[in-house]
Amino acid sequence: MAWETVIGLEIHVQLSTQSKIFSGSATTFGAEPNTQASLVDLGMPGVLPVLNADAVKKAITFGVAIDANINQKSDFARKNYFYPDLPKGYQISQLDLPIVGEGHLDITLEDGTVKRVGVTRAHLEEDAGKSLHEDYHGMTGIDLNRAGTPLLEIVSEPDMRSAEEAIAYVKTIHSLIQYLGISDGNMAEGSMRCDINISLRPTGQEEYGTRTETKNVNSFRFIEKAIRGEVIRQMDELEAGNKINQETRLYDSNKDETRPMRSKEEANDYRYFPDPDLLPVITTDEFIQGIKDALPELPWQKLERFQTEYELKEYDARVLTASKTLANYFETVVTTSGAKAKLAANWVTSELLGALNKSNTDIQQSPVSAEEFGGLLKRIADETITGKSAKTVFEAMLNGEGGADEIIKAKDLEQEKDSGAIEALVDEVIAANPDQVAKFLEAEDSKKKRFIGFFVGQIMKASKGKANPQQVNQLLAQKLK
Amino acid sequence: MHNKTLVELSQQLLSGSVSSVELTQHFLDRINTLDPQLNSFISVTDELALAQAKQADAIIAAGTAGPLTGIPIAHKDIFCTKGVRTSAGSKMLDNFISPYDATVVEKLNAAGTVTLGKTNMDEFAMGSSNETSFYGAVKNPWNTDYVPGGSSGGSAASVAARLAPAATGTDTGGSIRQPASLCGITGLKPTYGSISRWGMIAFASSLDQAGPMTQTAEDAALLMNAMGGFDRKDSTSLDRATPDYTSDLNNSLEGLKVGLPKEFFKEGLDSGVQQVVETAIKEIEKLGASVKEISLTTTELAVPAYYVIAPAEASSNLSRFDGVRYGYRCEDPKNLDDLYERSRSEGFGDEVQRRILIGAYALSAGYYDAYYVKAQKTRRLIKNDFDNAFSDVDIIMGPTAPSAGFTLGEKADDPVSMYLSDIYTIAVNLAGLPALSVPAGFSAGLPVGLQMIGSHFSENRLLNVAHQFQQATDWHKHTPDAFTK
Repeated sequence: MAWETVIGLEIHVQLSTQSKIFSGSATTFGAEPNTQASLVDLGMPGVLPVLNADAVKKAITFGVAIDANINQKSDFARKNYFYPDLPKGYQISQLDLPIVGEGHLDITLEDGTVKRVGVTRAHLEEDAGKSLHEDYHGMTGIDLNRAGTPLLEIVSEPDMRSAEEAIAYVKTIHSLIQYLGISDGNMAEGSMRCDINISLRPTGQEEYGTRTETKNVNSFRFIEKAIRGEVIRQMDELEAGNKINQETRLYDSNKDETRPMRSKEEANDYRYFPDPDLLPVITTDEFIQGIKDALPELPWQKLERFQTEYELKEYDARVLTASKTLANYFETVVTTSGAKAKLAANWVTSELLGALNKSNTDIQQSPVSAEEFGGLLKRIADETITGKSAKTVFEAMLNGEGGADEIIKAKDLEQEKDSGAIEALVDEVIAANPDQVAKFLEAEDSKKKRFIGFFVGQIMKASKGKANPQQVNQLLAQKLK
Repeated sequence: MHNKTLVELSQQLLSGSVSSVELTQHFLDRINTLDPQLNSFISVTDELALAQAKQADAIIAAGTAGPLTGIPIAHKDIFCTKGVRTSAGSKMLDNFISPYDATVVEKLNAAGTVTLGKTNMDEFAMGSSNETSFYGAVKNPWNTDYVPGGSSGGSAASVAARLAPAATGTDTGGSIRQPASLCGITGLKPTYGSISRWGMIAFASSLDQAGPMTQTAEDAALLMNAMGGFDRKDSTSLDRATPDYTSDLNNSLEGLKVGLPKEFFKEGLDSGVQQVVETAIKEIEKLGASVKEISLTTTELAVPAYYVIAPAEASSNLSRFDGVRYGYRCEDPKNLDDLYERSRSEGFGDEVQRRILIGAYALSAGYYDAYYVKAQKTRRLIKNDFDNAFSDVDIIMGPTAPSAGFTLGEKADDPVSMYLSDIYTIAVNLAGLPALSVPAGFSAGLPVGLQMIGSHFSENRLLNVAHQFQQATDWHKHTPDAFTK
């Protein structure tokens, strides 16, 4: 039987507010355990939550960007359950009246197809702390630094039909939250975590199948693997005539498989009810309009502008605007180098991204800054060095050998502009390769180009890449008549 | 000295006829010698009190004292007090030394009061007799076979026995007014949101409200001036200018329209209490008020609605007491579930566990609409009922409690009968209204309180009427024989 995959995602995004959602504690990642936990975060007797206005603003910013309905009255509810890293015995979340209502997001697949994914809602809630199971000799340590960090939980409609679509959606959200400046999007530090709802149904059937929820997957790669694995598992079950249990599963990245959580944990009745310690949040039209007016350039707007302003091809523009950091990097390179946008785009997408990819680093951690990279392209643009030498310089820059100018000087890579010196090299190479010269002269016109290439290569090599290839071509054309 | 009101003591302190250290020592001595009969204190903070008194004397000497500088008071053990055990009457918090001050404590400290100690209470404020305290029952100073009422029973008993000139209390369903009535003192539950809940250990967040427990309405007004006001740490505190609660005390009652809900005078009300209340209302008529019968048709809905909403909120509020970070933890937990189950079963008393179970049940899937949602709808009806009544009258009066009291153990095994002792007070919390209880006479040797209920923010009127009543009567001056000297 042919099966159709149905995927819906719940993405938890940590909002980059200065302080926590209901207390004044800082939210910096990586501090000593429990040094960023106030009376409120510790759930002391008698403490009360006070809502952080910036978290509300950031949530609405997201809502406005996805064209969502903003609920002008929203409220907080308590989700009750016991866990050692949940200090109050309940999580403050939103249930009936989330701050962000229905919206949508367009995703672009690898083949260029655009698909619209519905967003059911996005609500504010507080993060829990962390349980530390290692280093405590069979006991569990509790770190409440993360407790109370604001989260925006973005719930999609079950609109995705493949792992590829799901990844495109997650990447679009990941890019958007950084564009909006509402989250650092640092997945390694848990700033974005994903719960994946998956079900299968016979192709053509309208009714959804029974779904499973795979919790807390925190990298693009794991999301993709978790989906692929779970789809195959469900398909095997269904093909064997078994039923799918509606259950919560965990993705184990070491074993690359999902497995059910303890049934006890899913039998939770969270006993939601409105939090009597907090008043409903009322937002005015003016407030929402103010956020709309202050929205930064959105990814799809930037994509459009890169194509018109820089005359880039859609593909290149898409690569460059995939993340705000990369787009900013590119624009800095263009302004500091004075090089043509096309050249800058080529160098950023092929050389820079290639190198980063190879060393598995993010653009944010690029060892060469945009200004430094711009400095390199400036020397290509003003013909100080050849493109070939530029690659050597870039290698050296990646190795931390200094700025472009410094390296050009140290490695003596400045382009040879003395035509006499180049001419001597041309003569030398012609004299050293009589056979090739003869073959060239005998060849038909259409094949002559290939031999020219050979000579240019030899001469460039002899000049250590410093000769101007155009000049070499001209001289060869004169001499090989 | 101990029979004097706050206002009188304040005058003596400011005139220099007594020092705060002398006054404080006097009350500490009374607590030491007399409280063993009552058990009204859980902790006595001698050192802290004398240090604060010394500081107060310096302020008085410097001429910068306010009306509360140097006045010793007691705090209900539900208010977090920095460096002092704050137990909420529970074994769960027997070892809990609060790292911070509740806003009420902080504000009263700033006003110069001296903390004598922390008063006994029903565990987590759940009870109407003060028998659910881990630290043992409090006895009524008028007759030690009787309960003092609850949950602020320790505060009420200590003020009635003149072990403290005044005390703080909290009122979720009558916990200030009912013990004030049973002990013969004045107790005010202000409008919800008038006093910050920060640092007040939560029982039912949407109902809990702190208030003063004093000998007189004038004293209550003085304490309210220090306790009240907006607090950004409590989102439910009201962001409005704090009134001067003493400003209307001397207004005339001429033309005041008093409503008597007929539902408050039906069967279930002790005849002795009814007599006292009716006599007191006649007294108020003499002061110029007019009285008419009104109807609060939702009266009998209040207790059932309350016993869904309050336990529901409590079941969640008390989840933090899990044996993980502070408070009681069972010995040798075998695993996480065992840690939770035994810490909470051993740390909480029966009444608290009963209410957690009721509350968790009312919130659980499948029952939520039938209980919690319905109770909230009922709550709205009760509020509307009062709003309607206040379009017709200025103030509502009636008994605070259905009887003058009951003996220790009498209702301990009958929770429903116990819950009904709050029948006249509970609706006020559900509607968020201000109300107070003033001593109005005696029935069979036990004091009886008259309850006055006002519309939102009408504390000044309540205090005015109560003060005028106390100018015309002397019920508030009576003290139990055993504690007069």
